[in-house]
Amino acid sequence: MERSVPTHHPRSIGRSHSRAKWGKRLSPYLLSLPAGLWLLLLFLVPLFIMLSMSLKTCSPASGQCYMTWNWGELPHQVSLYRAQFYTSLLFAACATLIDLVISFPIAYWIAFYGGRRKNFFLIMLLVPFFVSFIIRTLVWEFILSNNGFVLSFLRNSHLVSANFHVLGTGFAVIAGLAYNYLPFTALPLYVAIERIDRRVLDAAHDLYANRRAAFMRVILPLAVPGIFAAFLLTFIPAFGDYVNQEILGGTANTMIGTVIQNQFLINSDYAGGASLSVVLLAVSLIGIWAYARVLGSRAIEEYI
Amino acid sequence: MSLASTMERSGVKRDLDRGGVRRRRWGRFALPAFSWLVIAYLVFPIAVMIIFSFNKVVTGLQLVSFTWNGFTFDWYRQWSNVPGLTSAFWLSIRLAVVSMIFATVLGTLLAIALVRYRKQRFRGKGVIEQVLFVNIAAPEIVMGASLLGLFVTFNIGRGFLTLVLAHVMFSIAYVTVTVRARLSLYDRSLEEAAYDLGANPVTTFRLVTLPLIMPGVLAGALMAFALSIDDFVTSNFVSGSTAPFPVWVYGATRVGTPPQVFVFGSVIFAVGIAFAVISIFVSKKQV
Repeated sequence: MERSVPTHHPRSIGRSHSRAKWGKRLSPYLLSLPAGLWLLLLFLVPLFIMLSMSLKTCSPASGQCYMTWNWGELPHQVSLYRAQFYTSLLFAACATLIDLVISFPIAYWIAFYGGRRKNFFLIMLLVPFFVSFIIRTLVWEFILSNNGFVLSFLRNSHLVSANFHVLGTGFAVIAGLAYNYLPFTALPLYVAIERIDRRVLDAAHDLYANRRAAFMRVILPLAVPGIFAAFLLTFIPAFGDYVNQEILGGTANTMIGTVIQNQFLINSDYAGGASLSVVLLAVSLIGIWAYARVLGSRAIEEYI
Repeated sequence: MSLASTMERSGVKRDLDRGGVRRRRWGRFALPAFSWLVIAYLVFPIAVMIIFSFNKVVTGLQLVSFTWNGFTFDWYRQWSNVPGLTSAFWLSIRLAVVSMIFATVLGTLLAIALVRYRKQRFRGKGVIEQVLFVNIAAPEIVMGASLLGLFVTFNIGRGFLTLVLAHVMFSIAYVTVTVRARLSLYDRSLEEAAYDLGANPVTTFRLVTLPLIMPGVLAGALMAFALSIDDFVTSNFVSGSTAPFPVWVYGATRVGTPPQVFVFGSVIFAVGIAFAVISIFVSKKQV
């Protein structure tokens, strides 16, 4: 349609006409070129380099890597660190489940009963984001530590035994993950529930649905896209997280993120680290793909 | 996470809630009690951090102590006494400003292209949308590790430059999504009116488009700044020896936390909350 109208702008006649037309045709590409190039060179190309790195063989002594098309590295690394993969899966799943269970009621409450204080409650949900991720986790270490004020109090009042500890256990890691990623769960849920048309709910009540039925058959199904988004936005980062494990989990319960970080930054085993990253990326891509397949790749933008 | 756009949405819709008595009772007691508990849980560690930033230290080592020793302003007065911490903080601020500027410009241009042009006139739009989606959802450790692979492969020394490259990379998608949400609300006929009145594209952009999308651009810029200043995982991979604030804190606190870390945390928290409140008022005025 726009091409049939020569140009909007009265001064561009004659020679500059064709230039304006070309400019118009090129403009979406020119506008997206800088960001597109940046993402291509610093996001997509690195992922391919990592893929190729996982096929190389590196000598740990010199740190030099040679392309050997070593397809065996991937299964080798996976079998080597199977336990860490399982731990990550378990911890991330527990944290995500806890977050979903905690977030749903509060998201529901803010959306349906928040009234004019909705914005205040949303800020309260986002409060952890105003403190740096590392410091948040450090404060939990401080709170949960053996001589911290919480455990000292519990020990002194004989509520727990003298050698009771939280730090260094899987529970501490799960608690840290659940705390750090709670806003990632609560916000998508809130957006999804807030979007539910109240008249649909009223209709359900008019049709003699009791509260349970209205919840199970109206609210929950309509919130499913939000639940899916919340799951994705919580589970994927929690699965790859290593900060919580390193600060709160001590040396036990190593997660796969810790292994990847050590392979790259301490052992300089780039091939091994790259193989594990490829597996981690593949797991996430399956989730992302499933989401895009069911709800469309733009749908997640509404939740972030 | 885009606070402003979420709030706009919530503000526009009015409460149409007129449920039954039983629903109201549930809403009045159990849900609020639970919700306030969750809020208390979210605020608790922050309160601990702020309170213990005023705690006296009795031992020789200047590290946060686990017991309350009395109130002091010492750590606020001596906020810059830990040299590594202060320089890491200023590095983080510089880094966040630079990457915010780049990410906001690039992300806004991309958002304009994505909103303006349909698939027929913009080939590759679908691919770009999918790349943005994967970029947001991919685990950060994979992005950090793969960037390290890139820099090692091409022998690029790690430092401020690589940090900027990385931070802009992970901020662009968030800026684009935030600006785009705002842009799609906006009326193109205003621009056509400007053209009809003889304005050229540059003037139109400067005097019509930019002021209209400014709240979205500002929200995107704030988000880019926040993402950059808080980033640990990617920075840890690409920083080399120039450690920004979170990386420095992580490294140093493996031996013990200087009280100044809590001071910085409390101050950043206060500034962040102030900015959030201001941005909400600004976005409300614009609507």
